[in-house]
Amino acid sequence: MTLTRLLKTREAMLAVAIALMLALIASRFPAFVAPGNLVAVFNDTAPLIILALGQMVVILTRCIDLSVAATLALTGMVVAMLNLALPDLPVAAILAVAVALGCGLGMVNGLLVWKLDIPPIVVTLGTMTIYRGTAFLISGGKWVNAHEMSDAFKAFPRAQILGLPVMSWIAILVVVLLAVLLSRTETGRAFYAAGGNPDAATYAGIDVGRTRFLAFALSGALAGLVGYLWVARYAVAYVDLAAGFELDVVAACVIGGVAIMGGVGSVAGAVLGALFLGVIKNALPVINVSPFWQMAISGAAIIIAVILNAKAGRTRGRIILRQAEAAR
Amino acid sequence: MRQEIPPAAAGPSPLPHDAPILALRGITKTFPGVRALSDVALELYPGQVTALIGENGAGKSTLVKILTGIYQPDGGEILLDGAPARLDSPQAAAAAGITAIHQETVLFDDLTVAENIFLGHAPRGRFGLIDTRAMRARAARLLQGLGAEIDPGTPLRDLGIASKHLVAIARALSIEARVVIMDEPTAALSHKEIEELYTLIERLKAQGKAILFISHKFDEIFRIADRYTVFRDGQMVGAGLIAEASEADLVRQMVGRDVSQIFPSRTPRIGAPVLQVEGYAHPTEFADISFTLRAGEILGFYGLVGAGRSEFCQALFGMTRPAAGSLRIDGQPVAIRSPADAVAHGIVYVPEDRGRQGAIGAMPIFQNVTLPSLARISRNGFLRLAEEFRLARDYCERLDLRAASLDTPLGTLSGGNQQKVVIAKWLATRPRVIILDEPTKGIDIGSKAAVHEFMAELAAQGLAVIMVSSEIPEILGMSDRVIVMREGRIAAELSGGDLTPETLVRHAAGIGETGQ
Repeated sequence: MTLTRLLKTREAMLAVAIALMLALIASRFPAFVAPGNLVAVFNDTAPLIILALGQMVVILTRCIDLSVAATLALTGMVVAMLNLALPDLPVAAILAVAVALGCGLGMVNGLLVWKLDIPPIVVTLGTMTIYRGTAFLISGGKWVNAHEMSDAFKAFPRAQILGLPVMSWIAILVVVLLAVLLSRTETGRAFYAAGGNPDAATYAGIDVGRTRFLAFALSGALAGLVGYLWVARYAVAYVDLAAGFELDVVAACVIGGVAIMGGVGSVAGAVLGALFLGVIKNALPVINVSPFWQMAISGAAIIIAVILNAKAGRTRGRIILRQAEAAR
Repeated sequence: MRQEIPPAAAGPSPLPHDAPILALRGITKTFPGVRALSDVALELYPGQVTALIGENGAGKSTLVKILTGIYQPDGGEILLDGAPARLDSPQAAAAAGITAIHQETVLFDDLTVAENIFLGHAPRGRFGLIDTRAMRARAARLLQGLGAEIDPGTPLRDLGIASKHLVAIARALSIEARVVIMDEPTAALSHKEIEELYTLIERLKAQGKAILFISHKFDEIFRIADRYTVFRDGQMVGAGLIAEASEADLVRQMVGRDVSQIFPSRTPRIGAPVLQVEGYAHPTEFADISFTLRAGEILGFYGLVGAGRSEFCQALFGMTRPAAGSLRIDGQPVAIRSPADAVAHGIVYVPEDRGRQGAIGAMPIFQNVTLPSLARISRNGFLRLAEEFRLARDYCERLDLRAASLDTPLGTLSGGNQQKVVIAKWLATRPRVIILDEPTKGIDIGSKAAVHEFMAELAAQGLAVIMVSSEIPEILGMSDRVIVMREGRIAAELSGGDLTPETLVRHAAGIGETGQ
């Protein structure tokens, strides 16, 4: 791939946009780009990165998972209450419960999409409400507060390894695992094929329904993982935890160039999309812009991303004129 | 071998000197690489049914689309009542009083009968709102005129297929039609419903409408039509009065052609049986399919559209489950429950619509090629990318694919090259049996020859080939043996001297076996 073509990729454009944004902020608030603060911004964006990767896999298969934030909240509530009941339970067990529960909730979505053939947006809109409702039922609407949680439970995501909190390390680990899964395994290839052209995938011997099920299970498992990390990091669990966060997750994917019609998307794109939103979210308060502007800017970024996606899609197709082909 | 059918012209006798409502002169239509219609003429007379006859791909559908303003002809003129007319949009065609009832009627299940009939041209009342009452009244009148007892307020979902068809006809007539095009109107109807359709056509004739009746079925044509026009390869090759024609004439005009296409000469080396199908049946689509396919053999499947050929092949490939029947590969019984099973047993299916069902445009070329073969290039659950790339390159080179890089998305290639990639994909699975569904549909002559060459090569390498095709020259030119299907069953198995255009058409259309 030549350098010019590389620079034209979505990932490169996003990286440049993020760098420009940082440079702009640094020109007035140099402290923002101090290494310590950048680490903090990355750590703050880690949950979004993890969730965006799960969401990307679902979107690759031409589905959508709107229940991620509710899965996160329910799992977070369950592990917080588990910690309350059994304060000595090791963190490893908590992590296992969080991932397994999230995976189970994702499998419910996946089964409904696979076996009953219900449109994914309807399934996850329904389970989103059900999961949050369940979080209310098991907690009775009460909060689990910092003083009720064990120290080990709270300390895990904040522990530092080589100057980076565990939360960030987990995000990096997930990025690496997903990159390998998507580029180096049959299942990863099946995600792209199932969304890129479900008919062709079926003829190629791929079970499209099962592939979608796996995507939902993966998205759920990652949401469960974040459920524990989130509750532990902020040391509070409540029903409305991360309310509306599913939209940020989808937005990160779209900004990162994941095609909402499936089949197109990269790990790098989703990560950069999440970082783009993370930088905006952290920078605007610093430069004294109201959080409402932040929402408007995120929205504008989504629309620009969609326009770019549509343009990228349009240049494909047949080139009939000879001179046009020569000019490429 | 003319059958004794009472001539349909028993009513008002067709007078050749009547002025046609609609006349086409020298109509030509070209698509990239394909000349769909070439210098075609057609005349439609008031109160008469003109049958349009031709093989699949003869240009009938293109003509319908020109008449209904969907396509614009590249040349020629359309005369309406003797005056030149332009049908440059579906609205213009409707305004000219031309309407079509399609093979698959396009209706909306959740709207009422009246709404379906008047969708897009509903009577308006005050403030430009739809005048529901007037609409229902007019719908009721139209349906009455067709002799149908359907309440215009019923949701369409609640009607049976035949009633839906009547609604479609009512919709076609709701624009004050003078020319009614019926594109295989009987394809989905039962015998009783077909009789009702005939009555209806008689009514329309009595009202002075000109009817263009497209059908493959000779019994229908001789029963209902007054005139005929035969198309072949986009050209009009014959026209006249049904009363003066015989079935043999029409068949000859349909299939008889200069042998301009040259097929690869093969000396088939037919080996041991590879695939044995015993009593395959599906609840609604096909029954009693049994045959044996041998290594090195090309077995043609011929039949009219809707004869169940593709449906059977899809069941063979595990896309749908047969209700009964068994399968042996190399003499061993196997059960195929999914396409993955089929691929694992060495059966692959190259679908008819390779663009839609074969190519994944956003995926790089090499990944498209290796998609069904990933299990073979994996080790310990991980893909070996170098191996994958080698496999893709091998098969792309074998098919002489020219692409800048196998890394680019498949969608950036031309249609012909995409086809090559799709075929490379299937060959890379190293199949035993390859099913090619309409392998040369919609591609230009040059590419057709390449595909035929290639098919011969596959058979020579010992592959067993099933070729589903609706093109008689292709079936005759390529197959060692032909199974003709009609209405979901095997109508005949032909080989050697029995393989002639006439026998194929006879068995496919059921001529001489309809009990008349």
